Amino acid sequence: MSRRSASLYISLFVGTLLVTEGSAQMITVGSKNFTENVILGEIAMYAFQADGLEATHRPELGGTRILWDALLAGDIDIYADYTGTIIEETLFGEVETVGQLPEVLAGYNLLVSPELGFNDTYAMGMTRERAAELDINTVTDLKRHPDLRLGFSNEFLDREDGWPSLQAAYGLPHTFVRGMDNDLAYRGVDAGTIDVTDLYSTAAEIREYDLVSLKDDLEHFPEYQAVYVYREDLAMKHPRVPQILAQLGGSIDEERMIALNALAVVEGVQETAIAADFVSNHLELSVPIVAQTESAVTRLLRYTKEHLILVLVSLLAAVFVSVPLGIMAAKLPRAGGLILGTVGVIYTIPSLALLVFMIPLLGIGGPPAMVALFLYSLLPIVRNTHAGLLSIAPDLIESAQALGLPFMTRLTRIELPLAARSIVAGIQTSAILNVGTATLGALIGAGGYGQPILTGIRLADTSLILQGAVPAAVLALAVQVGFSRIERRVMAHELG
Amino acid sequence: MTQRLQTFRHDSSGGIHSVPSHERRPVLELKGAERYYGETVALHPTDLAIAEGKTTALIGPSGCGKSTMLRLMAGLITPTAGSVLFNGRPVTPETVHAIRRKIGYVVQEGGLFPHMTAAHNVTLVARHLGWDPGPINARLNNLLQLVGMTSDHLARYPSRLSGGQRQRVSLMRALFLDPDVLLLDEPLGALDPMIRYDLQEELRAIFRKLQKTVIVVTHDMAEAAFLGDTIVLLKSGRVVQHSTMGDMLALPANPFVTAFLRAQRAVPQPEIV
Repeated sequence: MSRRSASLYISLFVGTLLVTEGSAQMITVGSKNFTENVILGEIAMYAFQADGLEATHRPELGGTRILWDALLAGDIDIYADYTGTIIEETLFGEVETVGQLPEVLAGYNLLVSPELGFNDTYAMGMTRERAAELDINTVTDLKRHPDLRLGFSNEFLDREDGWPSLQAAYGLPHTFVRGMDNDLAYRGVDAGTIDVTDLYSTAAEIREYDLVSLKDDLEHFPEYQAVYVYREDLAMKHPRVPQILAQLGGSIDEERMIALNALAVVEGVQETAIAADFVSNHLELSVPIVAQTESAVTRLLRYTKEHLILVLVSLLAAVFVSVPLGIMAAKLPRAGGLILGTVGVIYTIPSLALLVFMIPLLGIGGPPAMVALFLYSLLPIVRNTHAGLLSIAPDLIESAQALGLPFMTRLTRIELPLAARSIVAGIQTSAILNVGTATLGALIGAGGYGQPILTGIRLADTSLILQGAVPAAVLALAVQVGFSRIERRVMAHELG
Repeated sequence: MTQRLQTFRHDSSGGIHSVPSHERRPVLELKGAERYYGETVALHPTDLAIAEGKTTALIGPSGCGKSTMLRLMAGLITPTAGSVLFNGRPVTPETVHAIRRKIGYVVQEGGLFPHMTAAHNVTLVARHLGWDPGPINARLNNLLQLVGMTSDHLARYPSRLSGGQRQRVSLMRALFLDPDVLLLDEPLGALDPMIRYDLQEELRAIFRKLQKTVIVVTHDMAEAAFLGDTIVLLKSGRVVQHSTMGDMLALPANPFVTAFLRAQRAVPQPEIV
């Protein structure tokens, strides 16, 4: 028991080291996992820095729910959101109009900035070519073509103000409706594998892929005015914050936002450079430009370090907990069913759901990712320890007993070494699964190889995706080879 | 039949038990010991005394309870009712660990731990008890001579030893702490006939030399007759006859004894008295 809690403390401690950067005065800006929001996060950070405040940005933390939870938990102080998203999704049922927003947010000890000046609403998009071919100009026109293939971002497909209400409002008859990553959907439309996708009206891809937005002729979609949502205590700690944000109000119209997005997505300029340029040239604030250019090698090393820490800490903690659990399961048949059942159920929890559950408890970053990886690592190790111990030939168990060796000696000198091959195989399985699953940690700001994959998908940058995917595959392979060596050593007696 | 056997067992304590048990005090005793596995009876209530310094062979058809009886004596299982006495003291969960060190036990395949060399297997308990290397090596050489092996064999893992060598190593392990009693569960059952024949000779020589109390389970009547000073014949969880081979031939307790002896292809060898 003490081992178990010790290992948990270790994982929490190491995780805390990863997350805690800077002082209590530091303003932490968060952003969602898409380019525009990342740019808005950078802009806020530079605007604060230009005013002499300490600010840092934790980019692409995930979807709205993760940002909202992180804001409430105080892991971040501020992030950019959209009025429509808050009214229709986050606080659905609690607030009706934009006018009520400040009052309702105050109930959460949150404040909202003036609107930034652009409406990033949903629109139905098709390629110009395909729309012309079918003579489709409005969303209503889609009804004439029920066999069209619709591919939507998962968020649009699920959220209240997304596909379900659009379908109801227009009476759309389509049966081919798939959920996919937003950036993949754009490329699907471009490649012709789907016909219609949801667009953001400020998306750079509208230009890049030569798309048209279908007219929302029933005016179904609400306004998605960009605003910053921030914690009341941020304004108390830094009374200048509301003024700084007021300065940003109305500074970005739709045209400009599309241009900024296109710089990132089409031109491949880094968001931080785009934001710094915008803040210094258009807002005429002096940004203390810190050369942040990290070489490819340093970056890869950083990802590797982050990834290895995620995998190793969670795996080590899992070994300390799972092997004793496996022994208990094997020695106490009644507890065994419960133990195996519990770790089995844990294993079936979808990883994204588990990560999101963790945020209110552990915040964002390393700790929740490590705890999630730890939980997923339990099953293979517990199972293999249990199976390994039960598969020892009965006459060996009997011989050990007959020699008069006490229980612990039998366990450590005879039974565990005999089950070692199975136990090592379980640890190996967990390690390999962990290397893969840890890439999801980037969704909640844990870094690692998932970071370039996430950014790469967002920017449709294959080389960036490979920068994460290839090292992850190599690491998995290295784990495989490493464990095979361990296994050969463990099994030396079979070779004589 | 069952009724007759039971009757026989109860009123036979004097007559048919022809072993002169008063000459040697019993080392191991079953007192009304019975053993169930769930609803199944493995051993009916049994009284049995094992004489000191002699070799006793437990024999009977499959499922007769001979292995159950051996496990009871080794303290590996506890009787459902009744008791097992070792040197007059009952075997209980409190005493069993100390008693096990006075009992050497060899299972059919030898039960050597595959992840340890033969030497480590043999010296495991002594090292656990904190013996110094000097006495350990002395005892090891002693036992090597006894079983006719070399130290070269001891450096090997069990997988690199022949079946006969494994049984010798297993015997060394069982004898290491110089136990009062040696229990062997079909020690030669897995060996091929030639090796088995030689090892039977060797085992008998060793048993005679050591003058230890030995209980050996076998399903081979010729082996029982060859190794055992006395034989315990079991059937369906009951002792049918406990006597010398000679008495079994001359004074069979009932027709099953005769039938069991006849069912053996190998006839009793001349040297059995």
